[in-house]
Amino acid sequence: MHFELTDEQKILQKMIREFAEEEVAPGAIERDRTKTFPKEIFKKLGELGILGLPFPEKYGGGGADTISFAIVVEELSRACGSTGITYSAHVSLGGAPLNLFGTEEQKQKYLIPICTGEALGAFGLTEPGAGSDAGGTETEAREDGDEWVINGSKCFITNASYAKVVPITAVTGKKDGKKEITAIIVPTDSPGFSIDEPYDKMGLNASNTTQLFFEDVRVPKENILGKRGEGFKQFLITLDGGRIGIGAMAVGIAQAAYEKALAYAKERKQFGSPLSKFQVIQFKLADMAMKIELARMMVYKAAWLKDQGKKFTKEAAMCKLYASEVCMEICRDAIQIHGGNGYMQEYEVERYMRDAKLLEIGEGTSEVQRMVISREIGC
Amino acid sequence: MNIYVLMKRTFDTEEKIVIENGRVSDDGVNFIINPYDEFAIEEAIKLKDAHGGEVTVVTVGSEDAEKELRTALAMGCDKAVLISTEDVEDTDQWSTAEILAAYFKDKSFDIILGGNVSNDNGTGQIGPRLAEKLGIPHVSTIVKLEINGNQATIERDAEGDTEIIEASLPLLVTAQQGLNEPRYPSLPGIMKAKKKPLEVLELDDLDLDEDDVEAKTETVEVFLPPKKQAGRILEGDADSQAKELVRLLKSEAKVI
Repeated sequence: MHFELTDEQKILQKMIREFAEEEVAPGAIERDRTKTFPKEIFKKLGELGILGLPFPEKYGGGGADTISFAIVVEELSRACGSTGITYSAHVSLGGAPLNLFGTEEQKQKYLIPICTGEALGAFGLTEPGAGSDAGGTETEAREDGDEWVINGSKCFITNASYAKVVPITAVTGKKDGKKEITAIIVPTDSPGFSIDEPYDKMGLNASNTTQLFFEDVRVPKENILGKRGEGFKQFLITLDGGRIGIGAMAVGIAQAAYEKALAYAKERKQFGSPLSKFQVIQFKLADMAMKIELARMMVYKAAWLKDQGKKFTKEAAMCKLYASEVCMEICRDAIQIHGGNGYMQEYEVERYMRDAKLLEIGEGTSEVQRMVISREIGC
Repeated sequence: MNIYVLMKRTFDTEEKIVIENGRVSDDGVNFIINPYDEFAIEEAIKLKDAHGGEVTVVTVGSEDAEKELRTALAMGCDKAVLISTEDVEDTDQWSTAEILAAYFKDKSFDIILGGNVSNDNGTGQIGPRLAEKLGIPHVSTIVKLEINGNQATIERDAEGDTEIIEASLPLLVTAQQGLNEPRYPSLPGIMKAKKKPLEVLELDDLDLDEDDVEAKTETVEVFLPPKKQAGRILEGDADSQAKELVRLLKSEAKVI
């Protein structure tokens, strides 16, 4: 056992924490209020080589490990949840499937701009009738000569407005009475492909959440990602990695909420003493600190397993489930400790809670995580 | 250009100071590059970018400083040197300058940059002492540096005013806040830092004995500053407040 980060991971952690405190945190309240995408921040992250973090150097990536990815997601999310999810989705949903399943040519063409920050990464899976239940997928790709002709729609797709291509899942036929799902890379400037941003969300307001529409969108046959019929398998693998990102986000937001609550409890006086001297508040804060520590350990463990090339499906689901649920609890208690002030945007903890709620839903709800864990333990 | 930077590993500015057994405890403390040395590192990298050459970052201290040296390499320095003093019982500013002078004895350099003070001991002695031993000019608390050929034009912070100084190379300068905005190390920089040369030297390698560099000073006592007392608000009209204030300054604070 070895519980210490490497020197590189420590240097990266310090760098990204400083970056997040100096460049990301200052505008977070305003971006949330005005629903402004953190474009400038992503430009800077690109210059620092952070956007291609885990991908091979020959595609412009950083060649860093999954633990480093978790560190960056945590620190960005500690400053601003919207920035955290944009980054996490960019890497784990946008870049990862191209890197894992793409051909050399596809990587040259599509992964390099994602690593350099020229474009953001996105992944088109969810539909009004399909998410973790891929069998509900209705978007269809029909063969026509050398092309696929795509019709259908996707919803809740992160980052698509800033993407050059979106790999999507589509039904490409039927096999043994089951839908054959295939992933296809669709350039966002294809005729018939439209993207809009219609949502009024509860939180993560500065992140880009879109709807995709495909009307007879034609892409060449070679835009298939990996093999025909493997779309379902691919997206399960992709989501395993994505869940580490969501877990890390939850740890970051929880850490921010806890720090605010601790500082406030030390400062705020009632009945003649600081809140932090009341046992009822102390115990809340002690629980917060413990839950964050445990959640972070689980995120690191899942990331470590992935880096070792070991199976990490169960641990990824566990870290996502545990971290997101304790994050909600911690945010709720952080607001409670702040009392009336906690209800005000200025104190930030209310934003943390609105942002945190998505973590119990996105990339598989808590219920789906429990299904995954149940399956993994042999139920 | 042959550029050298003197770097010290110090307590994170946010750390709380705890005294244990008459010494400042470093248990579980976060360490950083001394913030003033970070300005020096940034300026060194900028000089290299403008004039070409190589930046070597040098530290004297414990081998734990490797992480801070790697950070400097990640920012863009080319080489790092760690001179270990782990065998020496007690060192002070004199010792450090002596060790550095021994290191620089056979080096050729155009400029040496350092921080103006460290954020722990805050003596500001290392730079000037080293320059003196090397027999080269030094300018402290600089806020602007321009080099043209063999000439340096420097703005230095003179207690709030600006002094403009011209000096010739080789030269030692120490950085003041405002000199520049240190860059973040980039991810490729961090990944590359691992592969850059980091040399660990013992005193032996510099032909020095532990006895040669034992501290010349002795720490007699270490204590924290007294806790701040709550302020007092005087009441009554201005006249009686003034009288009361004078009385307190005389009888309680005993400053007049």
